[in-house]
Amino acid sequence: MRLTLLLACIAMTASSVALSQSADEIMEASQRAYYFAGKDAKGMLKMALIDRKGNTRQRVLTMLRRNHENSGEQKYFMYFHEPSDVRRLTFMIWKYPKRDDDRWIYVPAVDLIRRIAAEDKYSSFVGSDFSYEDVSGRDLSEDTHSLLDDETLDDRNVFVIESIPLAPAAFTRRVSWIDKEHFLPLKIEYYDAQEQLQRIFTANVIEDIAAGEGDDRRVHPTAMKRTMENVRTGHRTEVIVTSVNYDVGLSDDDFSERHMRRPPREWIR
Amino acid sequence: MRWTAATILTSVMALSGPTLSQELGDDFGVDIESFLLGTYTRRTSGKSPEGHKFILAEERLRLDLSVWSENIEAEARVKLDGVHDSIAGEFDIDLREAYLDYSAGNWDLRLGRQIATWGVGDLLFINDVFPKDWVSFFSGRPLEYLKLGVDSARVNYSTSALNVEFIIVTDFRPDTLPTPRRFFLHDDFSSIAERMQVYPDTGLDNPELALRMYRRIGGFDASAYAYRGYWRSPSQAPDDYDVPTQMTYFFPRLSVYGVSAQGQAMGGILSLEGGYYDSRDDNAGVNPAIDNSEVRFLLGYQRQLSEDFTIGVQYYAEIMIDFGAYERALPTVSTPRNKYRDIATVRLTRFLKYQTWLLSLFAFYSPADQDYLLQPQVDYKVSDAFSATLGANLFGGEKQTTFLGQFDRNDNLYLTLRYDF
Repeated sequence: MRLTLLLACIAMTASSVALSQSADEIMEASQRAYYFAGKDAKGMLKMALIDRKGNTRQRVLTMLRRNHENSGEQKYFMYFHEPSDVRRLTFMIWKYPKRDDDRWIYVPAVDLIRRIAAEDKYSSFVGSDFSYEDVSGRDLSEDTHSLLDDETLDDRNVFVIESIPLAPAAFTRRVSWIDKEHFLPLKIEYYDAQEQLQRIFTANVIEDIAAGEGDDRRVHPTAMKRTMENVRTGHRTEVIVTSVNYDVGLSDDDFSERHMRRPPREWIR
Repeated sequence: MRWTAATILTSVMALSGPTLSQELGDDFGVDIESFLLGTYTRRTSGKSPEGHKFILAEERLRLDLSVWSENIEAEARVKLDGVHDSIAGEFDIDLREAYLDYSAGNWDLRLGRQIATWGVGDLLFINDVFPKDWVSFFSGRPLEYLKLGVDSARVNYSTSALNVEFIIVTDFRPDTLPTPRRFFLHDDFSSIAERMQVYPDTGLDNPELALRMYRRIGGFDASAYAYRGYWRSPSQAPDDYDVPTQMTYFFPRLSVYGVSAQGQAMGGILSLEGGYYDSRDDNAGVNPAIDNSEVRFLLGYQRQLSEDFTIGVQYYAEIMIDFGAYERALPTVSTPRNKYRDIATVRLTRFLKYQTWLLSLFAFYSPADQDYLLQPQVDYKVSDAFSATLGANLFGGEKQTTFLGQFDRNDNLYLTLRYDF
């Protein structure tokens, strides 16, 4: 009896804590879990680009990310292994919280490094259903967020959050189903100006990835399989994380023109 | 087909027994990539001077072999094309690149034939002093064939404060220019039959030197450049301007000093570049055969108009130094150049259908010369392995004597097919 009461108390406390969390706080926690896990990360991704008829194109890339300690800035590096016409191509993004990102591309066939306009954030990332913004995250201050509901999705307790852009964006409304335990988004729906469903993101497989040892040991729940489906075109992109490591010790200087041209072997092999 | 180290390992085991292959497996990785490329470029305005309807009809088989060490930062790479030229009926080997890479600490070394690209211009080059293949560019080969490798040693020293790149070129390689066999060209001395080329006497004791230093300044990628070598396009000198019987093509000495910057501005990317071309064999500008010294600059801006649709515009100019001396020295038979030669460009690119289709247009127009080049192109990626490109090169101008105007009768339509395996 006493135990039940205790449990009820704990449950009540937990739910009141949860309720007191504002939509902004939930979205911030979600962004931290999805885009900022660890001090840095190194992963290998396989992207399958599948059209309505089932024709599949494939991209294989190594992605590195490093968070700046407290400014909210991040650096991203991507190296393409496949398809072969873009093999050795690299991308670098320096992401800032309040202004446009710096982006570079390296075209190995002519040994050329070029800036890419950051306005491209709504453009498709390498022909997939993900935009550049989906890959590296959208500033939370660009939208207003409100908590619509608490519910369960596939037996997981989730917050349902609606985000409305303050300035015109690629979508007019976005609804996110965010896991109450690890705060990863399990599903996101994007709507257009006609209130029509445009795209659906789903995190299909989530695994705990451990980093560090002893007191430094942390566990980062990670979406190992993600899908973005365009409801209108029937085109979808499945991303499978074939390997991921956190806190690998990347330094700020690693995200440089030097390494775009010649990435260290340990990054890409 | 992608050859993994394991495939190679198996093959080597079969050939040479387990000991060697075991060593290879632990210490080295191997990768081979290939593609087949067909380029078919048909003239749209009559036959060539040699009587052909096609400017290019060729198949290339690319072999790209890399071997790297698993223990140190070292790699060897060879990229070569076997070329079948259907017009000439010839087979040839085109060694695109062949180099050794080694990195340690802040240092990177690349030794051998290699492609280098400097500067921030889009198909307009000031501080990119490395050789280019303009025949490829004017006749529809993919863009990577615009650049030619140089036999050289490149050393990079990188720190967070400053990066230095130094290239020593031991074997002079000129630009590949259209010849009167496949292109109609303007020639002030077209009656001269006897022609000879004289190349600079470069080597280990007389190399070309190219230096680039770069770092970020105020959010911009800033570079400073210096080059000591030769003009890539030849000057031409007849043995006698009044009664010429023989024409000599030669490459005068040249130094280039320049700067560039590229960064974000006004919601797009702003590019700035300038350079001083010091024509060291004719500092006074009095030798009519040698290009005078010049100042060159360019201003570029690129931004996205809408999703997957970008526009880039550029303005570029060359200003001749000692123009008075040039005018006085110019022989009557030669067509005079302007003191000021400028070019405006527009590039539009539009991706469609998940970037499987790419529509693009690149337009050059020179207000000074009143000539132009239009390059429309449609690129379709049928699959990851197979792509097809259809495009055109359309030239024109007020006069047949200007740089692009002389190509007026060389309009062409091309189809390229590429299959990766």
